[in-house]
Amino acid sequence: MILQVDNPVVEVHDLTVSYDRKPVLWGIDLTLPAGALVGVIGPNGAGKSTLIKAMMSLLPISSGYVRIFDQPLKQVYNRISYVPQRESVDWDFPASVFDVVLMGRYGNMGLFKRPRKADKDAAMEALEKVGMQSFANRQISQLSGGQQQRVFLARALAQNADIYFMDEPFAGVDIATETAIIQLLRQMRDQGKTVIVVHHDLQSASEYFDWVVLLNMRLVASGPTDKVLTQELLEQTYGGKLTLLSKVGDLLRRQEFPARETKVK
Amino acid sequence: MNAFWIILTGSLVATCCSLLGCYLILRRMAMVGDAISHAVLPGIVIAFLLTGSRDSVPMLIGAGLLGVLTTFLIEFFHRYARVQADAAIGVTFTWLFAIGIILISVFAGQVDLDQDCVLYGEIAYVPLDLWITESGLSMGPRTVWTLSITTLLIILFIVLGYKELFLTTFDPAFAAAIGISTSLWYYLLMTAVSLTTVASFESVGAILVVAFLVAPPATAYLLTDNFKVMLVLSVLLGILASVGGYYLAVWLDGSIAGAIATVTGMEFLLAILFSPSRGLLIRRKQLQPV
Repeated sequence: MILQVDNPVVEVHDLTVSYDRKPVLWGIDLTLPAGALVGVIGPNGAGKSTLIKAMMSLLPISSGYVRIFDQPLKQVYNRISYVPQRESVDWDFPASVFDVVLMGRYGNMGLFKRPRKADKDAAMEALEKVGMQSFANRQISQLSGGQQQRVFLARALAQNADIYFMDEPFAGVDIATETAIIQLLRQMRDQGKTVIVVHHDLQSASEYFDWVVLLNMRLVASGPTDKVLTQELLEQTYGGKLTLLSKVGDLLRRQEFPARETKVK
Repeated sequence: MNAFWIILTGSLVATCCSLLGCYLILRRMAMVGDAISHAVLPGIVIAFLLTGSRDSVPMLIGAGLLGVLTTFLIEFFHRYARVQADAAIGVTFTWLFAIGIILISVFAGQVDLDQDCVLYGEIAYVPLDLWITESGLSMGPRTVWTLSITTLLIILFIVLGYKELFLTTFDPAFAAAIGISTSLWYYLLMTAVSLTTVASFESVGAILVVAFLVAPPATAYLLTDNFKVMLVLSVLLGILASVGGYYLAVWLDGSIAGAIATVTGMEFLLAILFSPSRGLLIRRKQLQPV
């Protein structure tokens, strides 16, 4: 079930990406609607991160093309933002939280320009949105995983882009951060922004996203959540393992509940 | 007066090397500085053979080109031939340095260059090589002029490109996503390292260049959490090492370049032991739970 939309925000045509001549994404053809919260879902090694990186031209493409807002990427850089995986940077870097969030403004500032008051205000405002304003002067090595993720999110927000690519923003964060992030993403969607999120947790996917892209090296499905997250399509994406995985997951959760209660007592 | 010129030369080299070194160590590329400082040798020799003079400009161009070629080769071996980064660095610079040495020995009669001088330099000769204008006016040592201009260029480069250099060093993927070319800034930085190296090698030698590229920035990194402070601090530490090293050498009656490099090492040792935030002998500040 691959649904194409009219006037797409992102249009991917016949995209193939290879590492070392070994294709990791094959002939992806998809379009994404404006103002949607999109989840990119698939098993490990399915090429989820590769897909969003290829959409932003961070990786060389073997074939095909990507258009964003019906234009080549180079003309719309200032309308695109990116939240990389947390582990992709060195958190011991000598920088404060505010320094990192201010980086979100660099694209708009232009070459050789220094940050102005408006840029600093925007950075501070973004920090407030993620509830980290009191950490502005904190050294980034002193943050927890969830706080690091919020800082990355604030950096993207400071950019005030129209389309956001996020690579596993929910990986390894505490539940409070996860809730805060999803609320923020919903607000952004309601303002007409498009948010594309790489996600690995099937349980929360149906609750979080309006539109889901199922991926396993090839595109399995792309469409509204309720039509895509079906047993049949998920099995196609995850192979036969899904049933096993969900059964194990269910069992674990059932056991976990009473176990926790006894511990509290 | 000689002491003044020698210390000034050392301080100028320390300034450019430490500034660029801050970026190199944070990119985990300190050894690329080492590689470039050696690999520029064939560029210098070829520039010398082509122009027949030891003028600074052709040499800077020759060395600059070789420096960029070195980084290209390292990237190429690492990315396409899939050799480990450190192995790629080792192969590239020893190979290019060796070519430089062969060129020197083959054209020995024509080349007024000496391998020892390339490696160790001789900062004590700085005050002897004066720039004397046609009217006979002495403008001070030639090297000081070359190094002053290089230092100004490096400072200008860092001031103008501050945010691009900062961002491409911290998070290249994000930089690329918002349209800042990471490879452009990478090669600009490497060109700057090449220029600095060749401008300094004649007076202080490749080894002191490597010491200045790594030790003061690494010391400053231990002492601060703020990148701008790290830049300034590494320059101050480099200058301090030049002054301290000169008097250490005078006292010991030994090699000045060697003494300066020794002082940078001692600074680093002190920082490891007594840094307020990371010192081994200082109790770490307890982090407040949030």
